[in-house]
Amino acid sequence: MSHTHNHLHQHGHDFAPGDERPDAEGIAEGIRNYLIGLGLAVLLTATSFFIAGTHLVWQPSIPVALIVLAIAQMGVHLVFFLHITTGPENTNNVMALAFGVLIVFLVIGGSIWIMDHMNQNMIPMDQIMQMQR
Amino acid sequence: MFGKLSWAAIPFDQPIAIITAGVVALIALGIVAWVILRGHLPYLWREWITSVDHKRIGVMYTLLALVMLLRGFSDAIMMRTQQALAYHSAGYLPPEHYDQIFTAHGTIMIFFVAMPFVIGLMNFVVPLQLGVRDVAFPTLNSVGFWLTATGALLVNLSLGIGEFARTGWLPYPPLSELAYSPGVGVDYYLWALQISGIGTLISGINLVTTVLKLHAPGMTYLRMPMFCWTTLASNLLIVAAFPILTATLAMLLLDRYLGFHFFTNAAGGNVMMFVNLIWAWGHPEVYILVLPAFGIFSEVVATFSRKPLFGYRSMVMATMAICILSFMVWLHHFFTMGAGADVNAIFGIASMIIAVPTGVKIFNWLFTMYGGRVDFKTPMLWTVAFMVTFTIGGLTGVLLAVPPADFLLHNSLFLIAHFHNVIIGGVLFGAFAGYTYWFPKAFGFKLHEGLGKAAFWFWFVGFYVAFMPLYVLGFLGMTRRMQHYDVAAWHPWTLVAEVGAILILIGILCQVAQLVVSIRNREELRDVTGDPWDGRSLEWATASPPPVFNFAVMPHVEGEDAYWEIKERARAQEEPSQITYEPIEMPRNSPTGFICAFFATIMGFSLIWHIWWLVIAGAVGAYATFVVFAWRDRDEDTIPAETVEQIDRAHRAAQRQAIPA
Amino acid sequence: MTSIPFTSETPERPRVGHGSHGHGHGHDAATGGGPASKRVFVAYGFWIFLLSDIIMFSAFFAAYAVLVKETAGGPTARDIVDLQNAALETAFLLASSFTCGLASIAVAARSKLWFYVGMAVTCLFGLGFLSLELAEFIHLIGTGAGPTRSAFLSAFFTLVGCHGLHVSIGILWLLTMMAQVFAKGFRADIERRILCFALFWHALDIIWVALFTVVYLMGSIQ
Repeated sequence: MSHTHNHLHQHGHDFAPGDERPDAEGIAEGIRNYLIGLGLAVLLTATSFFIAGTHLVWQPSIPVALIVLAIAQMGVHLVFFLHITTGPENTNNVMALAFGVLIVFLVIGGSIWIMDHMNQNMIPMDQIMQMQR
Repeated sequence: MFGKLSWAAIPFDQPIAIITAGVVALIALGIVAWVILRGHLPYLWREWITSVDHKRIGVMYTLLALVMLLRGFSDAIMMRTQQALAYHSAGYLPPEHYDQIFTAHGTIMIFFVAMPFVIGLMNFVVPLQLGVRDVAFPTLNSVGFWLTATGALLVNLSLGIGEFARTGWLPYPPLSELAYSPGVGVDYYLWALQISGIGTLISGINLVTTVLKLHAPGMTYLRMPMFCWTTLASNLLIVAAFPILTATLAMLLLDRYLGFHFFTNAAGGNVMMFVNLIWAWGHPEVYILVLPAFGIFSEVVATFSRKPLFGYRSMVMATMAICILSFMVWLHHFFTMGAGADVNAIFGIASMIIAVPTGVKIFNWLFTMYGGRVDFKTPMLWTVAFMVTFTIGGLTGVLLAVPPADFLLHNSLFLIAHFHNVIIGGVLFGAFAGYTYWFPKAFGFKLHEGLGKAAFWFWFVGFYVAFMPLYVLGFLGMTRRMQHYDVAAWHPWTLVAEVGAILILIGILCQVAQLVVSIRNREELRDVTGDPWDGRSLEWATASPPPVFNFAVMPHVEGEDAYWEIKERARAQEEPSQITYEPIEMPRNSPTGFICAFFATIMGFSLIWHIWWLVIAGAVGAYATFVVFAWRDRDEDTIPAETVEQIDRAHRAAQRQAIPA
Repeated sequence: MTSIPFTSETPERPRVGHGSHGHGHGHDAATGGGPASKRVFVAYGFWIFLLSDIIMFSAFFAAYAVLVKETAGGPTARDIVDLQNAALETAFLLASSFTCGLASIAVAARSKLWFYVGMAVTCLFGLGFLSLELAEFIHLIGTGAGPTRSAFLSAFFTLVGCHGLHVSIGILWLLTMMAQVFAKGFRADIERRILCFALFWHALDIIWVALFTVVYLMGSIQ
């Protein structure tokens, strides 16, 4: 069950997540990729921090802006650091990621929605304390 | 020095507990002594304990499940008896004890019977059906099994040392918080589940990777047997849902051990959040249990109707639909907690929608049977019984999915009847069908058919006699988990239910007898061809039991029902083509799993009893074991080509005799 | 290390593998090419584990979101959040992701020296992150804003602390990988483990993005 493959020369149909594409030219191109990723990430992160502190932006939009920027940063990581692409050799990796992301949204979104309703319908704490006596 | 542990932990004042614990301890010691004195230990260590072979691990998981079934059922019959006796009476079980029994019953049945049973069957069968030599991560597989066994061990230790939780199988706060459960019971529960949860997650990762990445040549995704698809769906759910359980139980542990305030009444904790998060795990959990059972039924129905499965693609779609939908219904477990009509309505509708793909499956199974030559061997009996029983259980589930109805029936015996209906009728009947169906593959001889049928009928009739009265009791207003009651109308029904429990007990005794008799008569029941049922999928292409490498040469698959194709081709040509045998590399056995679990047991026990120095020692030991494993240089052994050839030729000779000319 | 060719019964089918560097054709279960190579399925299994870990974090995120306002009269998010500290931590972790990428390139290029350099710098950045976080926790606990003060603080410490625990385990793993390369060189199984480590380390930075956005940035504008 063991094959020894130099991974830069691997050109099967399926790719290990995290592995670079086989047409990656080598060291220089690899470093360039990571530098681009770093640059974009720094840009997006700095923007996030800036937006959180500034009054130049319409205040109610800030949480949405932060979330969008966060998703963008995660995307930069996935593409430039983890080499996730939409090619056919990456399908399994992307499907698994999509499944995970769906569950994350269901759990977080669902819980916030449910708990918010529950909390709204709760009797206020001081009334409950009164009922205890 | 020993934390909270002292001689007072042993329940000398509870006769039932101490006598049971004593008897079990004596039996366990007796078995260990017999093994050692008869010189079986080297064999056991080499062939089973350190084995990383998926077949061996699958058998051990199943054995764990069957042994724990006896414990879980003992709890069940104790509860039934208490409720039959406790009309205008205190019964024979004081509340502190009764509460531990119903908690242990649920915990053991879900985590240490149902889960190991289906995981064991999946582990054993899936690599064989895919035509490969093992799962993706064999040593990790061993670790996963032994960690599950650790969890089972901890739960059972609580019988004789300390106590178990009294909260029910899901420990809702604030009852499970330190203020209201100051003893070690809830801690036993929490650590047992956290440790075995790691084992379950390992299994999930292993089987997802195996099903998606390791197939014999020619086996595309849409040529996989249905059991492999349901294994994929079930294990995707394990990977997605068990982390939620881990996180939620961790929050409760932090509350109990470090004074955090996730679920406390004071300082802003939210007890309802526990219920929300735990059921976000809990609902996918029941689909984790039932999907492999659906897969087993697909295999059994096709084989015993002598027809290909009807509607393969719709089955695949239905399975994956159930997989996704199971994450969208969890609120139906707490309609009454007060989320309001809008939220309740959406989850109620979603809960009804999820019944549709299951309906598709039932119709596909029926259409498979229609026009086939049905052979009612024991596995087929379990399957037909499942179709009837699970349908009834599913219908009551859809009834409960209507929030206004649920407001009346929540936490009544109607609910208890419903989930036993689907879990026993679905998961357990499926597991028993799979056990009977694949037993000859695992051991080389069939189970005694007569006793199998007897066991089936006692279970089937016993189930209805035990649980149909509970539906009535639910409508009559009886709440769950009652230690005593004084409503006259309920008493006759609890007596009928007790009779049902006794019938099931006889069924279990028949199963024990079946195993004993089958082992004694194994030569008459021997299966020499590896294909006792004229099967359709690849596991029947190897010998029974399969050699350690499963297939001497990896099969080349050309269509669905891979083995059926091969047999047809073999019948058509007379000469098997020339085979070149190569040496085969198989993963080496490793004690890593067992030793890791040993340290996990020490850590779990000392965390429960607050023996902090022992926790650290256990953690160091576990890490050292891991490092030693990571440092090894050789992780595979080579089986020479001559040996492979020898084994394979013997099997082919036996097969050639059996195929009709 | 010998590899096993799996031959099927039809003799004209070409032999698969045998350590060849040019014939890695169709190791792809989905299209019927036979079992995937070890590097592919080991990394995929670890990918699945990472997704399970992310879902575990999402449960802690959910709890945090539900409890963020439950301050029981104690410090709120705004009170405890230190944006400068968070910015520095973010810089450290992002830089460490970059240097981890460089270490991965070093492995592909078979350069032990650059591998050690890359991993060592990654380790330093990671330790820098951890020491900042530890200091933050100690300060908060010292000023009575510890996890036992309120549900919000319990959720804060657990979520941020869980991430920190993962970083600590990552550093332990990092050092172990450096030791393994030193002892055994770039063996196939060690390369696979380094690939998994890289996946882990990058995933931690992805989670940190969510963390600093939701906890620190949104906390500062409450």
